[in-house]
Amino acid sequence: MNRAPYALVLAAVAACSQAQARPANRPGTPSPQAAPAPRPPANPFPSTYRPFPSTPTLIRGGTVLTAAGQEIRNGQVLIVDGKIAAVGATVDAPAGVTVIDAIGRWVTPGVIDDHSHLGVYASPGVQAHSDGNEATQPNTAEVWAEHSVWPQDPGFVRALEGGVTTMQILPGSANLFGGRSVVLKNVPSRTVQGMKFPGAPYGLKMACGENPKRVYGQRGGPSTRMGEMAADRQAWIRAVAYRDRWARWDRDHTGNPPERDLELETLVGVLNGEILVHNHCYRADEMAQMIDMSHEFGYRIRSFHHGVEAYKVRDLLARDSISGSLWADWWGFKMEALDFTRANLALVHEAGVRAIVHSDDPTGIQKLNQEAAKAMEAGREIGIVIPDSTAIRWLTANPAWALGIDRWVGTLEPGKNADVVIWSGNPFSVYTRADQVFIDGALMFDRFNPNRRPRTDFEVGLFPAEAGR
Amino acid sequence: MNRSHSLAAALLLAAAPAAAQTIAITGGTVYPVTGAPIRGGTVLIRDGKIAAVGANLAIPADARRIDATGKWVTPGLFESSTNMGLVEVEAVRETDDFEIRDVNPENGDQVAAAFNVADGLNPRSMVIPVSRIAGVTTAVSRPAGGLISGQAVAIDLAGNRVEEMVIASPVAMFANLSEGSRAAGGNARGGQSMRLREVLEDARAWARNRQAFERGETRDFSVSRLDLEALQPVLAGREPLAVEAHRASDIQTVLRIGREYNLKLIIVGGTEAWMVASDLAQARVAVLVKVLNNLPGSFESLGATYENAARLRRAGVQVAITSGETFKAYNIRQEAGNAVAYGLPWDEAFRAITLAPAQIFGVADRYGSLEPGKVADVVVWDGDPLELLTRVNTVIIRGREIPLVSRETQLRDRYRRLDDNRAYRP
Repeated sequence: MNRAPYALVLAAVAACSQAQARPANRPGTPSPQAAPAPRPPANPFPSTYRPFPSTPTLIRGGTVLTAAGQEIRNGQVLIVDGKIAAVGATVDAPAGVTVIDAIGRWVTPGVIDDHSHLGVYASPGVQAHSDGNEATQPNTAEVWAEHSVWPQDPGFVRALEGGVTTMQILPGSANLFGGRSVVLKNVPSRTVQGMKFPGAPYGLKMACGENPKRVYGQRGGPSTRMGEMAADRQAWIRAVAYRDRWARWDRDHTGNPPERDLELETLVGVLNGEILVHNHCYRADEMAQMIDMSHEFGYRIRSFHHGVEAYKVRDLLARDSISGSLWADWWGFKMEALDFTRANLALVHEAGVRAIVHSDDPTGIQKLNQEAAKAMEAGREIGIVIPDSTAIRWLTANPAWALGIDRWVGTLEPGKNADVVIWSGNPFSVYTRADQVFIDGALMFDRFNPNRRPRTDFEVGLFPAEAGR
Repeated sequence: MNRSHSLAAALLLAAAPAAAQTIAITGGTVYPVTGAPIRGGTVLIRDGKIAAVGANLAIPADARRIDATGKWVTPGLFESSTNMGLVEVEAVRETDDFEIRDVNPENGDQVAAAFNVADGLNPRSMVIPVSRIAGVTTAVSRPAGGLISGQAVAIDLAGNRVEEMVIASPVAMFANLSEGSRAAGGNARGGQSMRLREVLEDARAWARNRQAFERGETRDFSVSRLDLEALQPVLAGREPLAVEAHRASDIQTVLRIGREYNLKLIIVGGTEAWMVASDLAQARVAVLVKVLNNLPGSFESLGATYENAARLRRAGVQVAITSGETFKAYNIRQEAGNAVAYGLPWDEAFRAITLAPAQIFGVADRYGSLEPGKVADVVVWDGDPLELLTRVNTVIIRGREIPLVSRETQLRDRYRRLDDNRAYRP
């Protein structure tokens, strides 16, 4: 169904674009003959991502956390054509397969961070790189984060070294409606389009609480939480009217079609269930208000982000199937971040909410496994024991769900994209590092091979006097 | 009268003795830091001090025993750069007491040398217990901002009065020669160092002409009399000047100024310190390293690497590992653990969060290791303290066992069940 030009034709994008193994050619040179089917007009900045070259690979001898519930000691993972072909204690591998010995090491799906500002707040963090908040008015649903992303942000490479294969890049939280997010694969590319995760739905960044009222309090408002709610609701009222205008025109085709409105196109995408709401919210009472507002206008909240007080309303999150994208232990930096507990993730998880360890930080994104470990320990203190095979889902399967890409990534199951990390040890140990990282079956990072460590343009020639780092 | 010295003296004289209690921690593996681990060792604590450490100690009959079988017993962790005790909520500015803002607003001299943070310390800060129950027992609580931020104090993270917390005051004069303090020097690097030299010259000249100054017969000085006085121990090499600097050449500038004035230096942050490690080793200047810092986040930190601490140690530089955090100072053990993952031997990493900061800030005679006579800041862990899945079992500060409770655990317990009686729970 495509009843209006603003509708995103996600199904079509998804069908044509999922990671076919591309012909062997040099990394970074997309192959024209593998171009996708004709672009739907509602997808004006289509993904041009093509997987890097890969060979059939068998990873054997490691402890495999599938993120689908299993921990397989001395397990095997077979990668063929960029996909997980088989996972188990033993698998049938074709002749000539590349064998990687993972004895003593651990194998997991690639880490997914559903809250990153890499590229939009790139390193170095100079003013010229401050592209994450269009802080000119409280509602900028019309902006798209992908138009700010700098693919040469060295933070992408650092995140890859930490096992991160997929990221959602969000606008900041200055605005009530910050704009559209974009889901990226963590691959070197000259263009953002070359990183875009094929088929991933867009997200909408919403924010409540201290940030918008701080930014706009002296600039025309909103200056209060009630002002924020009013501005939100007025926007949804306009979005509903816009959707109905298009529906009428689609039905009657009388007169001119309504004029396109980028802001309302995004909000209608949410109302239609095509764009997923990622809602920055700290306080329990505010999350409850946002939930009621979603009921008022008939949309779903996919994830509350930060949710320092999520544990207080974990039943409400569970009831509405809203995931919790949380830190292990950030707190104290502002009033709405005061009531933290290190047990937040564990308590939310125990209540049946999809718990997600997110970063919101270019350093934190590199160590999401360690953040999970801290949250596991905090759970253990109150008798919530979370096995490794479950905790890994906080970093993989659950964020994949929050981003609407769990059909393709987040677990090691046959048919899924081969986004795989081989860790030097248990990923929840502080001493463990990501040894190798695969994306769609291609070895994108190998810490023992300097030629398998991407280097951004920015990092070239920084230290003329140095022999190297 | 020397104001800063009198403050320090007042604080130290009043330090209260700990409870006259005898505690024996038995059966664990004791990591004294100054010696090899002792399996099945005992740490005997009496009157707030460590009385004995060893394998076959006689345990007094009146001792309260803490069974540490299967556990690790270590000194408390020492966070060397924090604002703990000086802030409750970062964005609520009226709770921030670590920075003198609008220093001398007429000329914006950016110098607050006379500012000692001690009087602003809040022993009842709700921030302190959060890290204390995670094994951080000792800290250097420091001022921030400007060219010269002021005087830091070393504190134990327990006590009801400032006098009970303070270990030494001041332990260092904190200053900045980084991109964050450019305004102090007309927004140019050379201007910052020029200004720092001007202040040091003024302090030196003032000291030589005190009586003339009191008679009003000297030239004008560029900072206040209190600041000039407070800088005297720094000029005498008694009090370290702890300078935040990141770019390799900025660190070298600090070393140059240190040589000119015979200063005792500490480099704070030192993102590119590894690039000038031999200079630092030669000058015997220690570095406070935040390990999880590998992004070229600014043009002064292009050389950021997780291997900073390991490379500095290999070059023979004294290193303390800092979380650099106030609310999350408990992450100091994660920082040290990552230093190990990036090349620092475990013993060195653990020393960098215990004995090394105690040495750098001049309190190693009483802190940083489990040795007889030292203050009894002791932690019992259920495993390797650098591992994130390890949990604290016991925290002892000045010989007193600390309840493992913070506002964070109380909120957790209050919401352990979701029912409407929660509002009537503690």
